[in-house]
Amino acid sequence: MGTDAARSRPSSKPWRSVFESRRVLAPALIAPAVVFMVLVVGVPLGWAIYLSLTNAIGGSLTGDWVGLDNFTSAWADDNFRKALRNTLMFTFGSQAIVLVGAAILAHFLIRDFRGKWFIRFLILLPWAAPVALGTLGWLWIFDSLFSVINWTLGHAFGVIDTNDPPQWLGRPNLALLAVTIVHAWRIMPFAVVIFLAGLASIPNEVDDAARIDGATGIKKLFYVTLPLQLPIALVALLFGIVFTAADFTVVYVLTQGGPFNSTQMLTTWSFQIGINSGSLGEGAAISLYLFPLLAAVSVAMLLFAKRAQVA
Amino acid sequence: MASTLRSLGRKLSTYVVLGPLAILLAFPFYWMLVTSFKEDLDLYNAENVPYVYNPLRWRFWESATTKHVEYIFESTPYVDWIVNTVVVGAVVVGVTLAVALPAGYALARLSGSWGQSAGIAIFLVYLVPPTLLFLPLSPLVARLGIHDSLLSLMVVYPSFTIPFSTWLLMGFFKTIPQELEDAALVDGCSRLKALVRIVFPISLPGILTVVIFAFSLCVNEFIYAFTFISSSGNRTISTGVPNELIRGDVFFWQSLMAATLIPSVVLALLYNLFLDRFIKGFTGGAFR
Repeated sequence: MGTDAARSRPSSKPWRSVFESRRVLAPALIAPAVVFMVLVVGVPLGWAIYLSLTNAIGGSLTGDWVGLDNFTSAWADDNFRKALRNTLMFTFGSQAIVLVGAAILAHFLIRDFRGKWFIRFLILLPWAAPVALGTLGWLWIFDSLFSVINWTLGHAFGVIDTNDPPQWLGRPNLALLAVTIVHAWRIMPFAVVIFLAGLASIPNEVDDAARIDGATGIKKLFYVTLPLQLPIALVALLFGIVFTAADFTVVYVLTQGGPFNSTQMLTTWSFQIGINSGSLGEGAAISLYLFPLLAAVSVAMLLFAKRAQVA
Repeated sequence: MASTLRSLGRKLSTYVVLGPLAILLAFPFYWMLVTSFKEDLDLYNAENVPYVYNPLRWRFWESATTKHVEYIFESTPYVDWIVNTVVVGAVVVGVTLAVALPAGYALARLSGSWGQSAGIAIFLVYLVPPTLLFLPLSPLVARLGIHDSLLSLMVVYPSFTIPFSTWLLMGFFKTIPQELEDAALVDGCSRLKALVRIVFPISLPGILTVVIFAFSLCVNEFIYAFTFISSSGNRTISTGVPNELIRGDVFFWQSLMAATLIPSVVLALLYNLFLDRFIKGFTGGAFR
C-alpha cells in the first residue's frame, strides 16, 4: 500500500512523517468539514430543540423553560393538524407522481437517439430552475383570470365553463392539488437522474442473459429491469420524501398557505407562528414535528447503504 | 426484416413517449418565454390565443415587444440581485472546496473501513433541512450583527453545500486508480504533494461538477435568504424576483417571466453539460 512505501522512506523532517501517517492525516483532512458542520448544523439543530422547550419570542435566543407545552399547544390547534395532514398528502402524493413519471422517463432516456441532448435539456429544466422562480411560472399558469390551463380547457376544448373557470389556487382542494403537482414537476427530473444512475449500473451481462432466456419487452421489464431498479427507486423515494416534506418555497410562493390555511404545511405553519407571529418557541416545536419523518428516512438510508456495502 | 421493424418501433416509441412528456415538463418555460415579449393588450385579453402573439402574423415579432424585458434591467435591481447571487455563490463554493476536497479525499482513500460510515454520516447532515434550522439561525444571525448582509448567507450556505460536495467528491476520488498515487509516492512525493500534483488535476472534471451543483444549490436557496435579508438591494435572485417585482396585487407578468426564465435556462444548460459526471459522482460514493 501507499503508506507503507512512504513510511519506509527515511524522512528528513520529523513532522513530515507524522503527516504521512494515515492515523494523523485522515482525521486532519476530515476535521475542518466536521467542525464546520457541527457549528452550522449541529448547534442550530440543538438550539431549535432547546427553543421548542421554551417560551422564547421573536428576536431572542433564550426563553423560560416550558417543557413540552409548545408541542401540546401546537397539536391542539386545528391549523396545525391540517398542516400535518397536508404535509403527508403533499409529500406522498407528489412522490407517487414522481416515481411513476421518473421510471417511464428513465426507461426511454437511457437509450441513445437523435436529439437526446435537447430532450434531456427540456426534462432537466424544472430541476435546474431556481425553485422560487420556476414556481412563479406556475403562479402565472394558475392565474385566476388568464390561466393558460383554463383557456385551453375552456376555449380550445370547451370542457369547462369559461364564465366560471376553476380557481386553481383559490379553492382549498384544488390548491392542495396544485402545489402537489408543482412539487412533483420540480422533483421529477432529479428522480430521473437517480433512475438513470441505477439503470447505468445494471451490467450488460444481465441484459444478455435475459435475452438468451427469452425475456423480451414487457416480460423483461417486469422480471428483470424493475426488480433490479427497486433499490434505486427506494433511494429516489427517500430523497424525494425529505425534499418535499421540508419544502417551504413552492407552497409559500404559490399560496402562502392559503386559501383559509388549506395548503398550510408544517414548514409554512412554523414560519407563520415562529416568524410572523413571533412565537419562536412554538414555531420551533412545529418544525420539529418533521423530525420523526426525517429520522425514519435517515435510518432507512443507513440500512440501505449497509446492504449495498455487503452486496 | 423483423428485426429492422422492431428497431424502428423501438426508435419510434422513444420519441412518442419522451416527446410529449418532455414538452409537458418544459411547458412552463415556453410559457415564460412567450409571456416575456407580450404587449399588455395581447396578454390581458382572454379571447386571444395565449400560445402565440396576437394579432397573429407571419412575422410574429411585429406583434411582440421587448420593453418589459428591458424594464427589469433598467428600472429594477435585477442586475444587483444577479451580482449578489454570483458573489455569494462564488464565496460559498470557494469555502466549500477548501473544506470538502480534503475531506472527500480522506473519506475515499485514507480512512479505510469506517470511511464509508463517516461518509454516510456526513451525507445524512445534508438531509437536515434548512426549514428546521432557520428559526434559531435567524435571531443568531441578528445577534452576530450580520443580518441583512450577504455575509450571513456566506456563513450559513456551506451548511448544505459542504455535506453535498463532500459526498460527491468522495464518489469521484474513488474512481481514480490508487496506483497513480502509489507511483508518485514511490517516486518520493509526499502524500499531500501527490494529492495536489496528481489527484486534484485528474479530478478536475469532477471538481468542476461539484462547483456547478454547489453553486446552483446557493442560487436555489430561499428560506434563509428570505428571513435574513430585508433590504431590496441585498437580495439574491431567488428572493428578489418574487418579493420585489410583485407589488401588492399588481403583477408585471412579462417582466416577472423574463426574470425567471433567464437564470433557469443558464442553469439548465450547465446541468445538461455536467449531468453524466454528476451521476458518476453521486453513485460512485455508495451504490456501485
